[in-house]
This record gives sequence, structure tokens and C-alpha cells, in this order.
Amino acid sequence: MVRKMTSEILEGLRRALELIVSGDPEVLEVTLRSLYVSGTATLLAVSWSIPMGLLISLKNFRGKRILKGFFNALLGIPTVGLGLILYLFLSRSGPFGSLHFLYTPTAIILGQAVLITPILVSFSVSAIESVEPEIRDLAKTLGASESEVSFAVLREALQGVLLAVIAGFNRALAELGVALMLGGNIAGLTRVLTTSIALETARGNFELSIALTIILLSIVFTLNFAVNLLKRERT
Amino acid sequence: MKSLLSLHKITKRYGEVTALTNVSLNVQEGDLLAVIGPNGAGKTTLLKIMAGIEKPSEGKIIYRGEDASKNLEVLRRNCTMVFQRTVMFNTTVFNNLAYGLKIRKLPKDEVKARISEALELVKLKGYENRQAKKLSGGEQQRVALARALVLRPQVLLLDEPTANLDPKTTSIIEEVINYANKKLETTIVVATHNIFQVQKIAKRAVLLLNGQIAEKGTIEEIFLKPSLTMASFTGFDNVFVGHARSTGQGTAIIELGDGLEIEAAIEKIGEVTVYVRPEDIIVSKAPLKSSARNILKGRIIEISDSGQAIRLKVKVDAGKIIVSQITRRSFEEMRLNIGTEVFLTFKASSVHVA
Repeated sequence: MVRKMTSEILEGLRRALELIVSGDPEVLEVTLRSLYVSGTATLLAVSWSIPMGLLISLKNFRGKRILKGFFNALLGIPTVGLGLILYLFLSRSGPFGSLHFLYTPTAIILGQAVLITPILVSFSVSAIESVEPEIRDLAKTLGASESEVSFAVLREALQGVLLAVIAGFNRALAELGVALMLGGNIAGLTRVLTTSIALETARGNFELSIALTIILLSIVFTLNFAVNLLKRERT
Repeated sequence: MKSLLSLHKITKRYGEVTALTNVSLNVQEGDLLAVIGPNGAGKTTLLKIMAGIEKPSEGKIIYRGEDASKNLEVLRRNCTMVFQRTVMFNTTVFNNLAYGLKIRKLPKDEVKARISEALELVKLKGYENRQAKKLSGGEQQRVALARALVLRPQVLLLDEPTANLDPKTTSIIEEVINYANKKLETTIVVATHNIFQVQKIAKRAVLLLNGQIAEKGTIEEIFLKPSLTMASFTGFDNVFVGHARSTGQGTAIIELGDGLEIEAAIEKIGEVTVYVRPEDIIVSKAPLKSSARNILKGRIIEISDSGQAIRLKVKVDAGKIIVSQITRRSFEEMRLNIGTEVFLTFKASSVHVA
């Protein structure tokens, strides 16, 4: 029994590698879509999270600590929970139902962008706050305007902010709940790496799910490796 | 001389704390003005206001005849500050120096030329591609000075430019300050609690105490006649508070606590504040036979080199710390070191009383 399972895994692994090496169109398509969807989601999240991070770390206002605590609390939000909330918003009877986003890549992009916003905000706030406060005075006395001062601080925090962006992309790429509930795993339209792995495994189609898992893990590991390299350079 | 920058009744508050109260000050073109005061007197805040980094809570700043209180960018573009604690952008020396020039949108050739000129001035020629944060403290302070000079500011604001630096860096920085003031005709305001430095470089000084200007004048006016406010200036060395009793012979014995007594040529009795200038104290390895009334025994605990003069911090047996300044030559002849037992001798007339 054990031997049979082992040989099945080995056989699956062999065929999976074949699929990858031969550049199977389905594997390629799902991989590229995953990169596109999660990449776009990350860019979208960056566009509002980094300015928000700058604002939270550089300005003093009431409720600043509560806001930071709010984003910290959301770091580990369950993807199915967020998936359900966004589903209710985007479903036909929901407040944004008329946009017809549900079961499109746009829905996944929006969902993943919301999902990783806490990661981007929290991590970039701590990166920006770790920049010496004197950098701001330095930029000012060298003639910088207020926006140039923020930019100078951001540049000093660049490595930390980059870490935040990579961590966010990683989480978007590896999550299942949002992609499944908002995308619906429609072949050729919203099927991404995680949703295909879940589906193909349920179908008993192990070689394809192993192939996709290998790809997913390689991307995640490569990124984490890059993150560690960056971290080492920082210290 | 024309007035370049003037402050009118500037008050600066941080929440509950008032850092500056009603400070009025006039900086003239080509001035080399020292702002002296103990730590916490508000020197840094005053400089930051002149640099356009901090907004005053009240009062007006006039730059070249125009009100700059609302438009701090005018100040930021013309008055450049060098901080006491050096900050470097985490990049090369070149990029550190280029930052302000790029903001001013200078052409590339000019940026390059100005940077190599400024680095040469602070004796860091060829350092362009070094990582700024990896330089030594003294080198970083020189990069910081070059980073300000490269902008050819109208006013250069220096906050304790040589505090905690080695003598070599100190002399380079003092040289550059002099060069900038005399040759480049840069107006300079320097904040310091080092009176020796002030006497060496500045033309005029203001004394800042508890956020207010207590004295203004030439260096001699402020330093040679210690007045009441001067003696309460605890940032100075050798300022003591004690209790005086008359000897009946025109002098008084002052108890400074811990069993330490000194004799002063004063008539005043009761609570007094006294001040002895470090250069009026003679240092010797054996007790001196002289007419001087005060001889104290102690050990050297710190030696600092401020160019031609050497400052010795001596802990006298009674526990108080007294600073003496001697020439380099006598320092070398006496072979003094940390831990050396020495005698401090000074006349009763060297003890100034508030």
C-alpha cells in the first residue's frame, strides 16, 4: 500500500516535471495568469498603501495608534472570511453588483489588493519609522519641499518597503480563498495556480496539481530567498 | 554691513515646553556670530528656525527685508544647517553632496565640479564613491560640512560643529569655517558651548539662557567680565555655587561643599556664584611656593586637545571637577597623563564672583 502510494507520487512527480519542461499550454497559462493577477493586485495595493504608510508614519494625528493597531490586526485575516465579505459586496444583489465584477480576474485583483493592504501598510510603516528622524531635517535644510522630504525618507526606507511589497505579492500569489470565491475558478478566465491545484487534486489529477505546486513553491521560495538576501544586507 | 536675517520676538513652543521666548536677533551680511549657551538653552531650536526647518510659534523672521515667517522655503533655500549629530543619506558621498544641488536643478557638470571642489576644501578629495555611512565620525562631519558648502548658502548654520571630534578634524573644520567666512563671504552662525572655540573664530556672540537672549556683544565684552547671567551659565566649566564668609582681610573663604574651600578676593558674603577661567589655573606636579592663595590637589581624569591649548579635567580630592587649560608645550614638558597627580594653583583675584 505504502509502496503503491510512493510510486504514485514518484510517477506524478516525473510527469509533472515533463509538463513543466515541455511547456504545457495549460500549465503556462495558469502560471502566467496567477503572476498577472497577483502582480496587478500588488501594484494596486502599493498605489494606496505606500502613501498611507508615509502618512501614518510621518504625520502626527489623533487615532494614529488605533489605525496602526487596526492594520496590524488585519495582517492575518482569513482569506475565506475576506472572500465572503467581498463576495457579498460584488454579488448581483450587493452594493457593487451592477459593476459585474464577480467571477472576473478584476474581482480577484481587487480582493487580493484588499487582502495584502494591511501587510503593505504595516510593514512599510515600520520601515519608514525606523529611518532616523533627522533625515527629514537634513532634507529640509538642503532645500527640499515637503513632498521632496517624504520622498527622501521613503528612499532611505526603500529596502524595508521592498520587503513589504515582496511579502504582499507572496501572500496574494499563495492565497486560495479570495481567488476561489471571487474568481470562481473558471477555466481560461479566472483559473489561477492555487485554484487549479485545489480542483485538480479533488479530481485525482495529481500530476497536474504537483506540477503547479512545484511552480508555486519555486516562485514563493525564490522570493523568500530574495527577501532574506535583502534583510541580510540591511543589517 | 547690511542686515541679512533678523528675528523679531521669536517664541517657539513644543506642546507644553517653551524652547525660545521672545528672541530677537540680527544677523548681518558677512557676520560670524556665535550663539553660546549650555545644553538645553535652545541653541539648536534657534538654528532650526533660522534654517526654516521649524516654524516659530510667534514672531517674525525677515530675510533680506522680506517676511519669511510664512514661506519657510525661502529660508531652506538660502540658509543651510549642519547638525551636531551627523546624518548621512544611505548612499555614496557624491550622492550625499549632490542631493541639494539636484533639488536646485543644477546642470550635471556644475554638480560634479562643485562636489570635487567642496571635498577638496574639507580634505576628502577622491571620496566621491565611498559609502557615506561607512566613514569615520570625523570624516562624516566633514562630509556634512561639504554637503552644506556645496550649495553656496547665504547663511551657514553650524550646531556644535566640533563637539566630540578629534583635534585633527576640529582644526580642519575651524579652517573651513574661517575660509568660508573670509573668502566665500558666507555669513555664519555657530552654536557652541565651547568658549575656547568661540574666542578663536567668532566676531560677535549672543548668550542664550533658558530660551532667552541674556547677553549680546563682542567676545571680550561677554567673556572677560563675567556678569550675573554669565556665572549662572552652568555649561561653562569651573562655575561653582557656595557660601562665602569674610576673612576680615579683604578676602572671603567660599565653601563649595564636599569640604572644598577656596579663597576669593571679594567682600561679598553669603550665597555666591563664582567662576574661575581655566587658563588662570596653574598646573604643577609638586606644590608651588607662591603668593597664590588657592592650592588644590587632584588627579587628571580627562585630557582634551583643542589645538594649541590642552584642557585638563582634574578631580580634586574633595570630589569636585575643575578644568584647567595649559599650553601644549607645558603639557608635553610635564609629561601629564590620565591619572597623574597634579596641584592646581590660582590666585584669590582669579576667582570672579557674580
